[in-house]
Amino acid sequence: MVKLDSKIPDGPLAEKWKKHLASLKLVNPANKKKLEIIVVGAGAAGASAAATMAELGYNVKVFVFQDSSRRAHSIASQGGINATKNYKNDADSDFRLFYDMIKGGDFRAREANVYRAAEVSNQIIDQYVAQGVPFAREYSGYLANRSFGGVQVSRTFYAQGQTGQQCTLAAYQALSRQIKAGKAKMFARRDMLDLVVIDGQARGIITRNLITGEIERHSAHAVVLATGGFGTVYYLSTLAVNSNGSAALAAYKKGALMANPSMAQIHPTSIPVLNDYQAKLTLMSESLRNDGRVWVPKEKGDKRHPNEIKEEERDYYLERKYPAFGNLVPRDVASRAAKERCDEGYGVGETGLAVNLDFKDAIQSQGKDAIKAKYGTLFDLYEKVTGINPYEEPMRIYPASHYTMGGLWVDYNLMTTIPGLYAIGEANFSDHGANRLGASSLMQCSGDGYFILPATIGDYLADQIKVPKIPTDTPEFDEAEKAVKDKLNRLMSVNGTQTPTSFHKRLGNILWTYSGMSRNEEGLKKALKEIKELKEEFWKDVKVAGELNELNHELEKAARIADFFDLANLIVIDALNRKESCGAHFREEYQTDEGEPQRDDKNYSYVAAWEYTGENSDPILHKEELKFEFVTPVQRSYK
Amino acid sequence: MNITLEIWRQKNKETKGQFVTYKLEGVSSEMTFLEMLDYLNEKLVKEGGDPVAFDSDCREGICGMCGLYINGRPNGPKEGVTTCQLSMSVFNDGDTITVEPWRSKAFPVIKDLVVDRTSFDKLIEAGGYISVNTGAAPEANSILVKKENADRAFEAGICIGCGSCVAACKNASAMLFVSAKISQFALLPQGKVEAKERVRALVQTMDEFGFGNCSNTGACEAECPKEIKLVNIARLNREYYKAY
Repeated sequence: MVKLDSKIPDGPLAEKWKKHLASLKLVNPANKKKLEIIVVGAGAAGASAAATMAELGYNVKVFVFQDSSRRAHSIASQGGINATKNYKNDADSDFRLFYDMIKGGDFRAREANVYRAAEVSNQIIDQYVAQGVPFAREYSGYLANRSFGGVQVSRTFYAQGQTGQQCTLAAYQALSRQIKAGKAKMFARRDMLDLVVIDGQARGIITRNLITGEIERHSAHAVVLATGGFGTVYYLSTLAVNSNGSAALAAYKKGALMANPSMAQIHPTSIPVLNDYQAKLTLMSESLRNDGRVWVPKEKGDKRHPNEIKEEERDYYLERKYPAFGNLVPRDVASRAAKERCDEGYGVGETGLAVNLDFKDAIQSQGKDAIKAKYGTLFDLYEKVTGINPYEEPMRIYPASHYTMGGLWVDYNLMTTIPGLYAIGEANFSDHGANRLGASSLMQCSGDGYFILPATIGDYLADQIKVPKIPTDTPEFDEAEKAVKDKLNRLMSVNGTQTPTSFHKRLGNILWTYSGMSRNEEGLKKALKEIKELKEEFWKDVKVAGELNELNHELEKAARIADFFDLANLIVIDALNRKESCGAHFREEYQTDEGEPQRDDKNYSYVAAWEYTGENSDPILHKEELKFEFVTPVQRSYK
Repeated sequence: MNITLEIWRQKNKETKGQFVTYKLEGVSSEMTFLEMLDYLNEKLVKEGGDPVAFDSDCREGICGMCGLYINGRPNGPKEGVTTCQLSMSVFNDGDTITVEPWRSKAFPVIKDLVVDRTSFDKLIEAGGYISVNTGAAPEANSILVKKENADRAFEAGICIGCGSCVAACKNASAMLFVSAKISQFALLPQGKVEAKERVRALVQTMDEFGFGNCSNTGACEAECPKEIKLVNIARLNREYYKAY
């Protein structure tokens, strides 16, 4: 029976991490040389962790499914990265960032982890600047900042609309330096297909070489998953098309608990769905809401060109409903408000599933050049995708699946319930509660990777120094390899009539309809049934082209989709269990008279961590009660 | 619209490839180029055929994973876009479109349209970084950077490592890619300390991988989806002369 121990240190909030750091066991440099660590995924979290641990002296093996770790989807993060430098002198502090995140997450995150994320934020900026990230500067040469949704200070550092790219490349370059130094080894074009657990400890992984199709065994003293989120379970999302949940699911099936899987962020400002063939949705950074005003026509079904609709005929509904925060309300609030307007028939564009994001006033008051300097790359990107020039007319935006706040359950050391298995960045659940605030993902990924994991992993590895190199010819490796081969063979042998992608689309549609921006019991139950039926149909009728032993994208897709069914099932089970509304999890049965989410702190102030019990049985719920010692949960109000 | 595709098919690195013709009906001008290839593949799979292998990931022009030679140009006829950002609206009903992988000795073909760009990673490993260990950084605002230099460093730093520049160049030169990284760091005070070692190492590695020389034709600049400028190559040359 799994027992959850979050290992949160005692003491005042601001002292916990310092105290913990001072009490962690250490590994001396000579012993670090004898230890191996596997890192799966190398975006902002994985690459920074791998680089930093290699700098410390560990031997690091890095696995990515792309051809290079520079492709990881952290690269697409646009708007910025938060830190509490208080360069703007607007009374910012670690506590304020912590509070913004706790409140933004609707009081469903762990206080100690969130405070620590804020605490290390300044070091991250220092590190990135030293690494040569060309953050935006003032004319004086000092670093510039901007504001983001859900907050009232300017604490976001940015590099136009490509902050994630610049930070991810910096981490990639730091890792490249360690590869050159021989301390890190890169295994590109590898899919992790299973986790190997020996005597209760994570000791390795099974991978598929995506070029040769060979199934490989890799061992280490510890395994770190930095595999990102699984928003692609919804099919259309702002994620890369190959992003997936298979590594996390493999860990779950081997005994790691999955926490709050239904906490999925639907981002308010994506370019709307344009046609049936679309493979993904393109995000427009939330930072645009700093200067863009969101509106729909006051009259239902008004299909006039937006520039013809006069000021008094427009409903700036965010400013109307939430005067204190206006267009800068958090993402979940903005997404639901857009859905509400569109459901009521006020949506714009051909499909009516879009709202306007208008820069007319900002261009008038600040000038086109100022707007271009802030958002130039985003405006260009928008025009490339839609053919509409946002300097001349409003952008059209709509919510899209974006980020998973939920993920593998980890303790304060970022270790899962399997000793020696860690989860960092978006792959874990720990910092964002029920809703993530903008520019805090890069911050969390980088904090986990550069500063937190490299320290906490030593506490575990200190007890491993006498363990020699882990052999790969053990029964556990045999068994894991066999399971992987059986699954792949089974996929190839179905030889049905429908493509993997067609199943993915249908699965995404079920989730988006019943477990998207709003959910209810009836719909969720329906989803459970439909997912089960679709999974059965998949295993009877999927057609996987090509061969096992070659580069085969269809097989890669099919294997990921097979896992998505199980993940989708878990998401819905979690959403059904949580009979309250909080953050991105909006249960229609639980709302205030004004249509805002109604939390139930008495019964649901916990992290729902699910334990796998087998293919055909329901998972077991473990509750980590959330204790709020330093803040008092209140109803979130952005009015 | 209905189109004809001439696509380079090659089973693996060892096998010789050839063009194969596909007639594709019902293509929408709203599709992106890669969605059109998805559509072709879905059709091929359903008919029991062998889908065309091509790389892509973010599908929003930032990861650099995609990149195809389309009608004799990297990323097709439109300027300033990656292959995944190319819209089918630039083509007409009845068009024949030729699709090839990047062609360069330093980027061997793995399968069909998929190439091996490990050489780009090796270039970065050779010195495309500032050597600062985690934890050693000073307070961020203690390093002041002139706004103009920060902006120009950013304009070079936005390179996505897709390889269009190499594919476009008649010499298969990697000068634009290398110069973007050299420029980013040359323009920042943080990058100055290791400037000499960095430029020497990168240029040497470039030669080792069989990338050709630059003959100032400017095809790389013309075809770069991120519109990285030739002036970076001039800066690379200056940095290189300064390093000896």
